[in-house]
Amino acid sequence: MATTLEAPARDTVNVRRSLTNMIYRPEFSVLIGFIAIYVFFLVTTQPVFHSLAGTSTWIDPAAELGIVSIPVGFLMIAGEFDLSVGSVVAFSSMFLAAWVGYFHYNIWLGLAIDVVLAALVGLTNGILVTRTKLPSFIVTLGTQLLLTGITLGGSTVITGSSSIDMTATAPVRALFSSNWNQFNVSILWLAGIAVLGHHILTNTRTGNWITAIGGDIETANRAGVQTARVRIGLFISTSVAAALVGIIQAVEYNGSAASNGQVYVFNAIIAAVIGGVLLTGGFGTIIGVVLGAMTYQLVTQGIYFTGWDTDWSNALIGGLLLLAVLSNNWFRKATIARGVKKGS
Amino acid sequence: MTMIPALELKNVSKSFVGVTALRDVSLKVNEGEVLCLLGDNGAGKSTLIKILSGVHQPTTGALLVNGEEHRFTGPHEALQAGIATVHQSGGTVPLMTVGRNFFLGEEPTRGRGIFRHFDRKLAEQVALEELRSLGITNVTNGAALVGGMSGGERQALSIARAMYFGAKVLILDEPTAALGVKEASKVLHLVVQAQMRGVAVVLVTHNVHHALAVGDHFAVLIRGTMADEWSKGERKREQVLDLMAGGEAMGDLEDELREVRARGVAPQEKVGNEHVR
Repeated sequence: MATTLEAPARDTVNVRRSLTNMIYRPEFSVLIGFIAIYVFFLVTTQPVFHSLAGTSTWIDPAAELGIVSIPVGFLMIAGEFDLSVGSVVAFSSMFLAAWVGYFHYNIWLGLAIDVVLAALVGLTNGILVTRTKLPSFIVTLGTQLLLTGITLGGSTVITGSSSIDMTATAPVRALFSSNWNQFNVSILWLAGIAVLGHHILTNTRTGNWITAIGGDIETANRAGVQTARVRIGLFISTSVAAALVGIIQAVEYNGSAASNGQVYVFNAIIAAVIGGVLLTGGFGTIIGVVLGAMTYQLVTQGIYFTGWDTDWSNALIGGLLLLAVLSNNWFRKATIARGVKKGS
Repeated sequence: MTMIPALELKNVSKSFVGVTALRDVSLKVNEGEVLCLLGDNGAGKSTLIKILSGVHQPTTGALLVNGEEHRFTGPHEALQAGIATVHQSGGTVPLMTVGRNFFLGEEPTRGRGIFRHFDRKLAEQVALEELRSLGITNVTNGAALVGGMSGGERQALSIARAMYFGAKVLILDEPTAALGVKEASKVLHLVVQAQMRGVAVVLVTHNVHHALAVGDHFAVLIRGTMADEWSKGERKREQVLDLMAGGEAMGDLEDELREVRARGVAPQEKVGNEHVR
């Protein structure tokens, strides 16, 4: 009886239910935050900020930040940090610039070696963290400083300079620094990585293991998940992604300086946290991380267009970070409290 | 007819550097039976569980599964031999869904090659069906986060999972310790459900009432040795309670407390109390 009565109303119920489901998605609060900040700048900045050219000023850096933030977000979901990404960006861009601009070797070979070296850095981080069981925060802070020093010292000893000019061949330029208007091809790289990342996290067994490792590593171990292997793989992915950004920057700016990339050390983590990744692991989404990177760059670039003193931009970012953490926390609790009964 | 026990320990001792945690412990549990392992904190229950679940290896003595001797090198090997352990915390990840928790490490997939992906729908459906078959009807959304479930429901999820993946022996480590009365009785129902499906259950607890409610056989560990063992109906509740509390020790404690009361409450505390009132 009850079912026949409910039948006609079913469509509206379903629509309402899928709307509620959307609101309770972890990305939702991040999206709301992004839109709110965009509207804020819509009101406070000159119209040029919303032109194509103005949009590219924050979309381009957001793409590069996002490329690093996605694997860093993955690693944070698995309960680990990687602070060494900044030094990998510096090292990989300096390596490519020296390889091409100083030694004049083949650029494709240089790219391949660059990526392999970055993977080795990630492998080292991963093995150190999983074998010693030391906090990854400290281990990767160590490799960050170590590799930063090696990059600066090495480039001065070998090339006699801490900044090197280079020119990439046309196909390499097309791959890493082609433009449409002022929109960089790095946006496409980000899109590809985001789609792949989202698929891995939500639709594969590996994604399930990553979340479980960050949620409760003991439970994951007992369930037979290869927790060390998965984490080592994630450390490799953060380093390789950082190398990709280093390569993009070296090609785009026709050279590199040893001081490159240091902003990524904390920006990648900040973007992930704004994007709803739980700092203690076990929770997060890739769409959220991408929105987090966009929000971060929207704020840092947007403030230049408001005409205000840019000395204040850090205060704005700090406030944003705190707000993001608070609202994400609230939404997560609401999702859990929503209970285990369907539609309640 | 003599049954081959599903799980048996023969004269097992375990010592860590300088300390003997277990001394000459023998026990067995048949399929469809519940063995209750009682003991106070520090009696060696944890060490015993770790040996049964493959985390530790006995220093001397043997572990037999279906009459065959096994030496596990890790919990995964024990699991493959059909011995599943459900820990006090429930062994679930709170921020993951019911379906994802249920199949963690054994995720069902669809498609081939690069199209191979986690079959979320199937995972959620099977998890709910298995929970329902254990009498847990409150959970109706397989996509809900486990963090929203009660302690008893989480235990149920772990037990359902263990049985679904073919556990022949189920070791439950203090499953009722952190639960209220209602939740605890839910878990005891689960124990009986498992038993009725022919699973050999080792229930580790320090709650005598819970043990007596579901147990077929009982064993008491005191300071690493088997202090007593009996079958259902062979001991009275009072005897067991006395044994668990360490008999003499309890008597001593009562004397001590009587003495404390006789001495009276210290004057300054009395003033403090009146002040509060």
